[in-house]
Order: sequence, then structure tokens, then C-alpha cells
Amino acid sequence: MAGTSIMETLFQRDLDDLIKGIRQQQIKESLFISKAIEEIRREIKSTDLPTKSAALQKLSYLSSLHGADMSFAAFHAVEVMSSPQFFYKKIGYHAVTQSFNDDTPVILLITNQLRKDLNSSNQFEVSLALECLSRIGNVDLARDLTPEVFTLLSSSKVFIKKKAIAVVLRVFEKYPDAVRVCFKRLVENLESSEPVILSAVVGVFCELCLKDPRSYLPLAPEFYKILVDSKNNWLLIKVLKIFAKLATLEPRLAKRVVEPICELMRRTEAKSLLFECIRTVLSSLSEYESAVKLAVVKVREFLVDDDPNLKYLGLQALSIIAPKHLWAVLENKDFVIKSLSDGDYNIKLESLRLLMSMVSESNVAEISRVLINYALKSDPEFCNQILGSILSTCCRNLYEVIVDFDWYASLLGEMVRIPHCQKGEEIEHQIIDIAMRVKDVRPALVHVCRNLLIDPALLGNPFLHRILSAAAWVSGEYVEFSRNPFELMEALLQPRTNLLLPSIRAVYVQSVFKVLIFCAHSYLLHKENISSVNTDNLASEVPESVFARMSCENSDFATSEAPASSEQHDSFNPRNINQSFGDLSIENGGDATVSNGQASTSASLGRNSFTHESIVNLFNIVELALGPLSRSHDVEIQERARNVLGFTDLIEQEILNPVVQGEENLARAETEASRVVKLMCDAFSEELGPVSTSAQDRVPVPDGLLLKENLADLETICGDIQLPLSSSFSLSSTPLGEAVDISRTNLQSKDETEPSHESTSLLAEHRKRHGLYYLASEKSEGASNDYPPANDPMSQDKLNDDAEDLLKLTEQSLAPKKKPNQAKPRPVVLKLDGDEISIAAKKPELKGDLLSGVVQDVLLGNDGVPSSSRSNRSENLSGKSKGKEKLSTDLSLETKENVPGEKMPDHVNTSSRRSKHRSHGKERRQKGQGKDGEEKEDNGQKEKRKSNHHRGKHKAHQRADEPLNVVAQTPVIPDFLL
Amino acid sequence: MIKSVMVMNTQGKPRLAKFYDFQPVEKQQELIRSVFGVLCGRADNVSNFVEADSIFGPGTRLVYKHFATLYFVFIFDSSENELAMLDLIQVFVETLDKCFKNVCELDIVYNYSKLHTILDEIIFGGQVLETSSIEVIKAVEEISKLESASNAIALVSKSVSGWRSR
Repeated sequence: MAGTSIMETLFQRDLDDLIKGIRQQQIKESLFISKAIEEIRREIKSTDLPTKSAALQKLSYLSSLHGADMSFAAFHAVEVMSSPQFFYKKIGYHAVTQSFNDDTPVILLITNQLRKDLNSSNQFEVSLALECLSRIGNVDLARDLTPEVFTLLSSSKVFIKKKAIAVVLRVFEKYPDAVRVCFKRLVENLESSEPVILSAVVGVFCELCLKDPRSYLPLAPEFYKILVDSKNNWLLIKVLKIFAKLATLEPRLAKRVVEPICELMRRTEAKSLLFECIRTVLSSLSEYESAVKLAVVKVREFLVDDDPNLKYLGLQALSIIAPKHLWAVLENKDFVIKSLSDGDYNIKLESLRLLMSMVSESNVAEISRVLINYALKSDPEFCNQILGSILSTCCRNLYEVIVDFDWYASLLGEMVRIPHCQKGEEIEHQIIDIAMRVKDVRPALVHVCRNLLIDPALLGNPFLHRILSAAAWVSGEYVEFSRNPFELMEALLQPRTNLLLPSIRAVYVQSVFKVLIFCAHSYLLHKENISSVNTDNLASEVPESVFARMSCENSDFATSEAPASSEQHDSFNPRNINQSFGDLSIENGGDATVSNGQASTSASLGRNSFTHESIVNLFNIVELALGPLSRSHDVEIQERARNVLGFTDLIEQEILNPVVQGEENLARAETEASRVVKLMCDAFSEELGPVSTSAQDRVPVPDGLLLKENLADLETICGDIQLPLSSSFSLSSTPLGEAVDISRTNLQSKDETEPSHESTSLLAEHRKRHGLYYLASEKSEGASNDYPPANDPMSQDKLNDDAEDLLKLTEQSLAPKKKPNQAKPRPVVLKLDGDEISIAAKKPELKGDLLSGVVQDVLLGNDGVPSSSRSNRSENLSGKSKGKEKLSTDLSLETKENVPGEKMPDHVNTSSRRSKHRSHGKERRQKGQGKDGEEKEDNGQKEKRKSNHHRGKHKAHQRADEPLNVVAQTPVIPDFLL
Repeated sequence: MIKSVMVMNTQGKPRLAKFYDFQPVEKQQELIRSVFGVLCGRADNVSNFVEADSIFGPGTRLVYKHFATLYFVFIFDSSENELAMLDLIQVFVETLDKCFKNVCELDIVYNYSKLHTILDEIIFGGQVLETSSIEVIKAVEEISKLESASNAIALVSKSVSGWRSR
């Protein structure tokens, strides 16, 4: 046996061999490692400690740097760590510390070993155990080892003491009741003359304060002393972090610390400390004008420094202060803007954020314009950052900063044309969102969408497909604003649409349907007018090349739009609908025609584009393009295509073959067709509103509906339906009944599209003024050529131009915060009660933390009856009373500092206060004040010590106590402070 | 609190990885890879800070320094000062330099456990306990002495393996 173990030892590879091996096997590293692990699995079972520990060490190495699993070795690690020899013990501890967590079962086995090592006379063994506890300590370890940690807190060796202090953090976190035992000793160390100890203990309090600052307010005097006296930068940084938290809770404290901090700021050479001072002032002391001013001066020093680190931090400091003191940002705007072209991505990003923080409704257009130009020249990543921040800034609080939505629509259109644009999802969302929310923007938006749809190049970029889907939807839904539906139809059916995803293609087909119905409807109206004026005229309509005519942007289209939409409104007139559905006789139909005709005769002159020829043509292209799609493998596309084809079948013969039938038959057939078309048109003209996110909650659950069934597989079924398409109609079933129902429900909302008259004329007016923002349709492709290619190396002067541009604009529009004289009022943005207007700052939940409860208890000298069996130990009690005495001297010290002359009375005062605390304990309990609740709560906590896991009812109890708690506290704290 | 310390070379091979919050090994590897992914794209003359929110969660910051073939990376939360962390990297590297007499990547590759010993003296459970490299070296030397005293057998095996590899 002995022989084999020696052999094993002699021929075992140690860690160095392993590392060499890995380095030589460059190619098959993974293979080598798995072989090595096989070897380790064998070796680690050895009874020979050197072999075992060498195997364990190799395994820790492989686990740490090559991701090997070492859970199988947990027990072996425990064995190695219990070796009396330091060399092996250290390997064992390293493995345990690195690999154990709460789920490791054998963690239960190490408690005694840790206790033994914590009590060791060898300080390095103690150190190993402390390190281990600080990394893997769980509830049980923390509870069971609290007495040892407590003893070590007063160790005479600095090496041990500093680590014992640091381990307290983990112990408190896992086992809050340890506070009762250890807290006083921890506080004592705030007086330590040893800088290492002091920095360790301040470090612990800094961490504790971050989690729950309120509990540590009473210690403010100690921290203040360090702030004033210490020369150690590390220490000062930590103390500043503590005050940054405390000062926001207690204004009087803020007043006291602001001057020392300013003094530090003026005096210090260390940039790290200076930055911490700046950050503290800007984040927590921003009401102190002079301090902020000084901090901003220092920030400026950072900004002009050559060190990119300082520049970056300077910008960060500005973004801290931006919400409260925008002037600080404005004062440094030239640096901010210059940083936009910095070589460092972080700095660029930070300055972009700052720039966006300056955005207001008066300058949003210009900042966006310059940034978009900038984005065109940036690398793809930053380009998308820019676009992303413009999008998120503009849509903030329901487009709060946007006044001119027509401009915004065109901006969205422009973004799409930036070659690197990958913000498809956001732009898609915003296009649909503003289309639904802002009625007045629809004409402009439809125009923007049309420009996107007719550009075949955009279809080649998969990042833009979602935007195209939104464009297709908007064009279909609001087709009445389209200047040229025929052209739109062609765009929707262009061959390259086969590049789109099926789900998006389905949206295209649905839009085709809407456009088709709109055209057919307009055609019928138009023809009825003609026939009512002159029936003979019908056949002699001049055949014309409609598309040639349509494609040239006719100037009177703009004017023809208004009547066209009015024409449509008339058809929505309830009377008409009732008539045409109620009575099918030709006479009545004629009446309806006449009434329609009267309203729209004026329109018919401008709107003569819906010729017979053009409609026939339209039907032909639709059938040609959708025919193949009706056999598509994608069910969405197939269904929608068949819907459209079903519709064309239904009305085609009646509309399209006038020559075969006689005049009267014709009129009759067309009435039939027009009825169908009207029905469909009505169905589609119901306005889709935005839906509140909370809408579903308001729908009562019907009786007998089981919602608890597993719907996991539903997702795979519905996965590809992403788009907000309201409804798909099945024409083949009961088209009439269905359509009638829908049109009936529509009746109330018919007048909603009314203002389109005004909006279109406004649009025309707007175009005259802001021609700049509207790329005329013919030019739209050419316009993008005005921009330099995306990756063009940017010449410096051009860049400076940009910077100057921005500078100018910030000068004009940022400095005077007056409202611009708006020629146009901001359109109504539809709001839902579900929309949260502001990011309601989540109230910092008053932490009914176990830890803070105990800490407050201890700090306020309000020790409850020690109920945990452990705290009844004599050692413990003595510690506690000792701590109490100490606290009282602390108090005297702090008062001494404030009123140097009156030492004695203060001392008396504090000690009497202490006794008061004690004696009042019972009274308070009877009064049932906050303290009382807290105490009860603490007792409760001890009863279920591991209550972290099951707090349920207990938590509710705590919550209820919270406010009381605070109230009870406030009168106490100032005593400590002054 | 410091969340993690990493040392990796410019090829992305980790040389030291320490996580002060427990992370499963797969996650550790993933984190190391994503940190390297960010660092390798950065030029030399830019700032030493990286926004690491996407890798380590909100509120975390990353500071790194590039020495010869190695990146030294510290990841920490809001209770540490960025510039102080940069100094701490400097302390760590200086200590290594003193311990190994002109430290190079190979020293770091082959002295895995000593590296951890040094780091553990500076950072304890995520908290900075010692910032003086002299104190750190003192402690590390004593630990080494203690180790070699208790490790006669290990030394033998080491010399044998050294002989074998010749």
C-alpha cells in the first residue's frame, strides 16, 4: 500500500506539469483537459494526502480557468482542508472557497473545521478560515461561528483583526442577529488609531449604508470625525460614499458636511478623492449652490484634461447633475459637443446622453437634425446608439417634446434611410403608435410610408422589414390619405416583397385588401356620380394610361385629397347605410346615388382617376400577384390572399364586364357590387385605437372560463402572429351579415375622420413653410444621395462644422428657455389611462430589513430581551455591556467635538440619556409605539431564525410597523448629531 | 464591493479569475469571454472604463489596465471609486512585479496559487483590505515560508518531476 502511494506520488503530474501540458497541446486543449480530469478523478480518491491535494489543486486550476466542473470533489476538498499541514490546508481551503455555495451539501461538514481554524494560534490559518467564511458563509455558518468572529474582532494582531472586521459584513448579511453580538465591537473600531483597521471598518459601514442608510444615521458623528481628521484618501472616499447616502436623509447633516467636503475639494491632489467629492456634492448636496458651483469648476478641469479617464468621469459627473442643474451642462456644452467626436466610444456615448438631456421641445428638431447628420457618418454601432437615443428621447412621456408631428414622421422616414439603421423594432412601434394616437399626423405619415414602400432597395435590408411592415399597415389602414392608391398597390405587390418574412408579407396582403376596397369604393362612387349626371357618358370614358398619369405627381392631387375624403364621409352617413341595407329596390338605390352624387359632384371633377380602365387594371395586378400566394405554405399569407381573391371574384364580373350586360342590368349589378364594397369599406373604416396595457384587466372573466390550464404550447401556435391586425374577414362564409354587424357598431364612430379637411389643408400650408423636411416623392431616392456615404472618412473641417452647428443651435435654443412661437398648435396625442406618463419613481421601499431592524435596535440602545439561546452566553453579555459603555463615550466624544468647552455636562447628559433609554423601555412597550413594534418583530425574528425564507405574514407585520418606526426615530437622531 | 478580478492575455486566455459572488463555472467562462469581447476592441489610448451593465447587471462598473500582453480587469459596484480601483490595479501589478522580479505573463501562468495568495491579501471577500504592496509582500512571504516548511514531500515530488521532464 505504502509502495503504491509513493509510486503515485512520484509519477503524478503536479500543477506545473499540467500547465506545461496544456501549453504544449495548443490544438487539442479540450481533449487534454478531459484526459487530465480523468486522471484527477483517479488520483483524488487516493489515501495519500500529497497525491490527493495535488489532484485537488489541479482541479481548482482547471475549474477556475478552464471551466471544469469540480462539484464531484467537494468531499475531497473538505478532507484536504482538514489536514494539519498548512500547505495542504491552504489547497483545501482554496478549493472549498472557490467551489462551494449554498447548494453544496457537504458545506454542513466544514463548520467544525472552520471553528477549529478560527481558534488556531497560527494567524495564517485563521486568515484562511476567515477568507473562507467571507466567501461562502451561509446562514448556518454565520450563526454558528458568530462567537468566534466576535472574539477575533478584538484580536491583538492587526492582520487578523482587519479580516475579522471584513468578515462581519457577510455574517451580518446572512445572520442579522449577529449584530447584537458584534456591532458594538465594530463601532469601537471606528476609533482605532490603526489606519488599516479604520479603513476596514469604514469599508464595512460603507457597504452596510448602501443597503440601508437610515439605520446608520446615529453613527454620523464618528464618520464626521474621520472626514475632518483623516488624511487617508481611501478612507475619505469611503466616508464620502457614506455621507452621500446619509445626507439625503438628514438635511441638517448635509449642512454640516458640505463645508468640509468643499474644503477637501479645494485641497486635495488626488483625482480619485476629488472625483468622489464632486460626485457626492452633485448627487447628494445639490441644494448648496456654492458647493455645486465649486464642483462644476472642478468638473471642467476634468473635462479639459488630456487623460481620457478624467474626461469620461467629468462627463459622467455632468450627467448626474443634468436633471437638477441643467446650467452646469449648458456651461460646458462646447466640451460635450466636442466629445461627440472623441475617439473613445465611452466618451462619445456619455456626451450623446448629455446632449439628449438638453433636449426640449424648442430644440428637439435641430438637435435631432444635427445628430442624424452625425449618425450618417458614424460607425454602425454609434450610429444606432444615436438613433436609439433620439427615438427614446422623443417618445418619452407620450412624445412630450414633439410639437410638430409631421416633422417627426418625416424624421422617422429619414432614419430608415440611414444605411446602418438597425432600429427596426422601435421605429415600427413608433410609426404605428403615432398613427393611432395622433390623428393629425396621419396624412404626413401615410406620405412618409408611401415613400418607404415604393423603394425596392429597402426591401433588401432585413433590418428594415419591420418598419416596412408598419408602413404597409399605416398605408392600408389610412389609405384615404394616400395621394395615389394605384401606385401604393403596385408598391405593396412588387416582386421583391418575397424577401419579406411571412408574417410581414401577410400584413402587406392585408393592406392590399384595404387599398383594393378603397379603390373599388371610390370608383363606384365616382361612377354613380357620372351616371347620375350623364348615364350615356359611362362607356365613352376616355381610356388612358392611368399609371403614367398617376405616377407624375399631379399638383392638384393635394387639393383633390380633401374632396376625396369628404366623399368618403358621405358614404359613411348612417342614412345611406340604412337605406342600402334596409331596402334593396333599385329606386331606393337610385336615391342613395343621388344623395351621394349631390355631395360629391364637385369631387368627381378632380377625382376622375378611378376610371374603368384603371380599376380593371388594378384587379388584374392583384389577381396576378396574389394568385401564387393563395397556395403559400404560410397560413397567414394564404388566408389573407384567399380573402382578397374571394372578394375580387365576388365583384369582378359585376363591375368589370359592363359591355356584356345591358344598361339596366348593369346598373343593378353595380348596385349589388357597390353594396358589397360599401360593406367592406365600412368594416375597414372603423378606427383602430391604441389599446391600453391595462385594458385586459378590466374585462371581467366570464363564468366557467378556466384560466389555469396550461397554455405553454399556445406560444408556438401563435408565435408568428405578431402584428396588430385587427380582423381578417372570411368572405366565403357570411359576408353580408358579418359586415352589417360591423358597420352597425361603427355608426357611432363615423365622424371621427372628419377633421381630415383641416389637416390636409394644414399639411399643405405646413409644406410651404417647412419644405425642407419633405422630400418630394420623385426626389426621395435622389435626396439620400445628398448625404455622404456612411463610411466616408470624415474630414476634420466637416466635423468641426458639425460641432459648430450644434454649438450654434445650443446657443440659440438652449440658453433662453422661452417657448418658440408656434404657428401650429400641438396636435392632440391620444392618451390612455394605462399609459404611465412619467416614470413614477419607484418609492424606495422602506426596507423592513431584518438587518436594519436589529441595527437600529442596537444603535438606539434598545436591546430587547435576548431570546436566542446563544446570546445568553456570559461572554456575549459582557461584550454587550462593554459595547454599551463604549457607545456612551462615543456620544460624549461627538458632543465634545461640537461644543469643545462643555465636556462634563455633556457626559452627564449622555449617560443620563442612556439610562433613560433603558428605563423607558418598558413604558414604550406599553404605549405601543414604533419601538415596541420593532422589538416584537425582533423577537419574532429570533423565533424563526431562518425566516429569510418564510417571511409571509411576518413581513406584513413589519410593513405596518415601518412608518411608526420612522416617526419614533426622528426625535432621537438629532440628539446624536448635535 | 469588488465583484470580480480577472487577468487575461490579449488572446483572451484567462490567467486568473476570481468571483466574489458565487458564479457557476459555465457562467464564469461566459463572463470572461464577454469581458474579453469588449476589451479586445478597444484602442490603447482610450479611457480605462467600460460600461459593463449588459454583462454584469445594472450598477456594475468595469475598470481595466493593459500591461504588455495582459489585461487586468476589476469589476465592482457603486461602493468603490473608479479611479481608486485603477490605483488598486496598479498596486496589484506592482506587488506582482516585486514578488516575481519583473513580472511577465509566464510568471503569472506558472504561479497560479501564489497569484491567489497575493490577491487575497489585497482583496478580502470583495473588500479592499490592504493597499500597501510592502505589507502584502510581507504577508505573502510568510505564507510561502509556512507552506514550504509543511511541504517536504511536495518539494521532493516537484524536484522529481523536474528531473523527469529534463
